[in-house]
Amino acid sequence: MTVRRIRAAAAVATLVGAAACSAPGGGAGSESDSDSVVVGVASEPDTLSPLLGYGKDGNSKIFDGLLARDADMKLRPALASSLPQVGDAGLTYTYALRDGVKFSDGKPLTAADVVFTYRTILDAKTNNTARSELDAIKEVRADRDGKVVFTLKYPYAPFAGRTVLPIVPQHIAGGQNPNTGSFNTRPVGTGPYVLTGWSKGEKLTFKANPGYWGGEPKVKKVTIAIVKDDDVRATRLRSGDLDGAVLPPNLAATFKGDTAKTTYDAKSYDFRAVTLPQQNRVTGDRAIRQALDAAVHREAMVDKILDGAGRPAYGPLPSDDPWFAEGIERPQDLAKAKRTLDQAGWKAGSGGIRAKYGLRASFTLLYPSGDKVRQDHALAYASDAKKAGIEVKVESATWEVIEPRMKNDAVLAGLDSSGDPDFGLFTLLHSSLAGDGFNNMGHFANPAVDKALDTGRRSQDTDTRRAAYDTVQRELVKDPGYTFLTHIDHLYVLADRWVGLTTQVEPHEHGFASGPWWNLQDWQPKK
Amino acid sequence: MARLVGRRLLFAAPVLLVVTFGVFAIAAVSPFDPVKAYAGTAALRADGQTLDRLRANLGVDQPFTSRWSHWLTSALSGDLGESSVMRQPVTQVIGERLVWSALLCAVAFATAVLAGTVLGVLAARRPGSLLDRVVTSLAYSLEAAPVFWLALLAIWLFALQLGVLPAGGLTDTASEQVTPGQVADHLVLPAGVLAVSQLPWFTLYVRQGVGDALAEDPVRGARARGLNERTVLLGHALRSGLLPVLTLIGSRVPELITGALLVESVFSWPGIAAATVEAATSVDFPLLAALTTLATAAVLVGNLLADLLYGLFDPRVKFSDM
Repeated sequence: MTVRRIRAAAAVATLVGAAACSAPGGGAGSESDSDSVVVGVASEPDTLSPLLGYGKDGNSKIFDGLLARDADMKLRPALASSLPQVGDAGLTYTYALRDGVKFSDGKPLTAADVVFTYRTILDAKTNNTARSELDAIKEVRADRDGKVVFTLKYPYAPFAGRTVLPIVPQHIAGGQNPNTGSFNTRPVGTGPYVLTGWSKGEKLTFKANPGYWGGEPKVKKVTIAIVKDDDVRATRLRSGDLDGAVLPPNLAATFKGDTAKTTYDAKSYDFRAVTLPQQNRVTGDRAIRQALDAAVHREAMVDKILDGAGRPAYGPLPSDDPWFAEGIERPQDLAKAKRTLDQAGWKAGSGGIRAKYGLRASFTLLYPSGDKVRQDHALAYASDAKKAGIEVKVESATWEVIEPRMKNDAVLAGLDSSGDPDFGLFTLLHSSLAGDGFNNMGHFANPAVDKALDTGRRSQDTDTRRAAYDTVQRELVKDPGYTFLTHIDHLYVLADRWVGLTTQVEPHEHGFASGPWWNLQDWQPKK
Repeated sequence: MARLVGRRLLFAAPVLLVVTFGVFAIAAVSPFDPVKAYAGTAALRADGQTLDRLRANLGVDQPFTSRWSHWLTSALSGDLGESSVMRQPVTQVIGERLVWSALLCAVAFATAVLAGTVLGVLAARRPGSLLDRVVTSLAYSLEAAPVFWLALLAIWLFALQLGVLPAGGLTDTASEQVTPGQVADHLVLPAGVLAVSQLPWFTLYVRQGVGDALAEDPVRGARARGLNERTVLLGHALRSGLLPVLTLIGSRVPELITGALLVESVFSWPGIAAATVEAATSVDFPLLAALTTLATAAVLVGNLLADLLYGLFDPRVKFSDM
């Protein structure tokens, strides 16, 4: 009896049992019951402690960061009383704290809490997976008048965007081992909600924090149900057990006729792309890369694979991002693809597959098994490539198998660059990070791109930065070391009991920090 | 009797040692990467330095033999280590979940023993009758049915078609408190399925035991003395007929544990078994070793219990012979 079979059985079981989960007195509230909400999400956090990486991109509900992002992803002060003062040519960031903020246990927030949070995350003994995001920090200290000062190793323009990271109370988390302490399961923060229960693998429950510095939220009771299977989530939403859920496009479409529910289509930075490893003699060849880039039919992928819930990706940044380089959109052009290959000496050979000096234009494309959307992308990519005379052999594997093969084989990757172009692009493209864990998976190396990336992260001047990221995107069109395919929309369906809900442009991850519940604390009931 | 217990305890120590060593060895050669399991999706954004640091912090870069001996020495001093996948000390994971598993297994086991005895006696009263044939054939088919399939069937019938019982979890989605009423509601299906999966053995054994006893001299003598059928059945036949069941109780423990594993997974019951699956797929050495030890100990105790009961209740058996 394998685990997989057990899991399959469990999935079927929940699927089968889903419709009848509402026992008497259970299930979601009635139509008028706008002070509580039950939401179904697909993934559960491993920990609720920011010290191990929980909520590092903001919207964590239990906690606040020094800063937060609004509906347009603009940074706003949260626990800080204003945006940071940048000094010393971009090497120091000084934050003054908001007065009168208390943790939900009644103890006041102090600069010491902020310093403790950052120092613990930077400590090598702490098993935080995103520590490298704070790599620029040289030291963090509290100065005499209760301000927090970050000193950086090098000028790092987007640093303020990292300080949405949640702040934890030193008087509770300080006495524990951050890796296994009880703070992981019983967190205490300054945020709009207080955790009331966490039944692992099943649900998390929250109640409104009456002492929240932003005013007590209107939605008093929140339940986040963990439902891994998409079909089960949809069924439970239909049966009224859930008020809202994240759903794939085909299932979200089934709620179109439901007048009591609204579908929210959140644009995202979440892209699907094919890595083309530099070291592989086929994928490392610029002509092959350009041909593939011209051969893919991105619009068809959006329509067929994503049911229209997405956008063609012409680069790592979505076309509505303020940093997007205007004019790099390009349609499918098979004639151009063939021309490029002909000029570079890739001649049509047996079975329509081209070859050059006896090397066949053929490579393997791996995708993580079980991810249907990536599988569909991979197959569509292979069939488009074949039209240009390039053979792509699609294989599925687990990440354990994929990782060692990343430097030679193409991978269907899903990544993002939200918050600031530097956050995603530097790790995706900089040659110094080639093969460093999961950074720069395609071992992309391009001196012009490297230089522009360095300029973009160091300069404080917006115009200089804009020009740099413009260069990065245009160089990627000339040398497409990744074939960017689509940006995926995230779809949410939610009972229509509140007004004026919005969604942010979302990152790759979407737990309960995104979706229309990103700002649960601001929801207003329908009159 | 004391000697038997002492001998068994002496024997248990090497068994537990071998089992835990085996767990560490198997986990070490499994294809799962503990670091990736620990980091989850965050691993796919992590740089090499971070992954290496985690590898060192979690101690997974050491050979499994040294990890095993390290685990063993601290376990003997009462420190079971820390679970990487649950981000909690192992003792806490077990403490939080053991009670739910124990509740599930106890209810299921008691139900199975009681119902099995009743059905077995009924079937044995008139061998070959319609009732006997129905009970026996049902028992044989149930014995062949996989537990997870029974569980799915039960969900389909009681939760989906009839809508009378909740299909999973410990409480309703929207409820915050764990109340006895809710737990009782949610316990019916998983405990029922687990009981039904254990039922055939008890039924068949009791039927066999009571049937044999009914044909024996003491029973025939009792009948000849004109004692009524009820006294004969319950006073004489059942007493000797239940002896084999006593042995069975102990030896069914391993089945019960694997059954619980499946039932907990299917019904998302927050017990030890669900944690075992989680620990296995994320190569969480300390948690896996502790849970395996626990399961092994349960099996050994079950066997010992069976032998003791047998020795106590069956005058033909002497402890000194065991």
